[in-house]
Amino acid sequence: MVGLVLISHSARLAEEAVALAVGIAGDDAPIRPAGGTDEGGLGTSLTKLENAVAEVDQGDGVVVLMDLGSAVLTARAFVEDRPDVVLADAPFIEGAISALVTAGTGATLEAVVAAAEEARTIGKLC
Amino acid sequence: MDTAFFLRWIATVTERVRAERDHLTDLDRAIGDADHGSNLDRGFTAVEEALVTTSPATPADVLTTTGTTLIRKVGGASGPLYGTLFRTLGRSIGDVAEVSPEALADAFADALGAIMKLGSAAEGDKTMIDALAPAVPALKVSFDAAAQAARDGARATTEMRARKGRASYLGERSVGHQDPGATSMAIVIDSLRAA
Repeated sequence: MVGLVLISHSARLAEEAVALAVGIAGDDAPIRPAGGTDEGGLGTSLTKLENAVAEVDQGDGVVVLMDLGSAVLTARAFVEDRPDVVLADAPFIEGAISALVTAGTGATLEAVVAAAEEARTIGKLC
Repeated sequence: MDTAFFLRWIATVTERVRAERDHLTDLDRAIGDADHGSNLDRGFTAVEEALVTTSPATPADVLTTTGTTLIRKVGGASGPLYGTLFRTLGRSIGDVAEVSPEALADAFADALGAIMKLGSAAEGDKTMIDALAPAVPALKVSFDAAAQAARDGARATTEMRARKGRASYLGERSVGHQDPGATSMAIVIDSLRAA
């Protein structure tokens, strides 16, 4: 099963995004938050990202969704040494739900990334 | 340039970031989230400790330890960016005891490329790249020339409109403020002269 990690500047935002995604998409696939700095402030933490990835990693790959700014940069720096971890260029919430639904079906890493990124193209008012 | 040179360089950067902390944070207050000085100070203070604990044996060890610590400890966007700068310098220099000026200039060119890729940013976006990019060719001349180019590059960001980071949300209102990342990058480059 492909795992998911949501990295955000805010610990609470990441936690609630995970709760929302699980509430809608179910808990068939593993998903963890990595929000805030090590000190609990606004920002991102490589250590939290590493720990979250380790928790969801079942050997089939891990997809990371980022909110913005340093979350993107921290995630990009992390995957330099981790080809089995893929960053999805996707909206944080919609991408997470779409990816979690797909991961829960036992889909491949590529399919989960594609599902997350497809969420970019879906309009809300049309 | 040997291991001691690189240790002196990082120590000088650490000292000057600490001295300029409030200034960097003030610049960041104008167009960012007012944490650049304190984030970098926290990062380099952790680097100072890490370099004592690990007692690096080669120039590349100094640079890699510095970069890895910054990525881990800064908490803001400048952590992965400066972390990538120092890690790429270390990787590019390789496992040698002495680094020639040419090899250091080439390593800086590699680091510039890595930072541009990481941040998907280019010259003119009002970022640290605007101080680093003009300094890279000047490093082939002298540290003095590189320091001058970096300072001029940082100063030139005042008139630019931000296209990356939080400041980009301000649009035209980002014009008129010197970029904090370019300012700290100029300190990093200028500190080579004191090493």
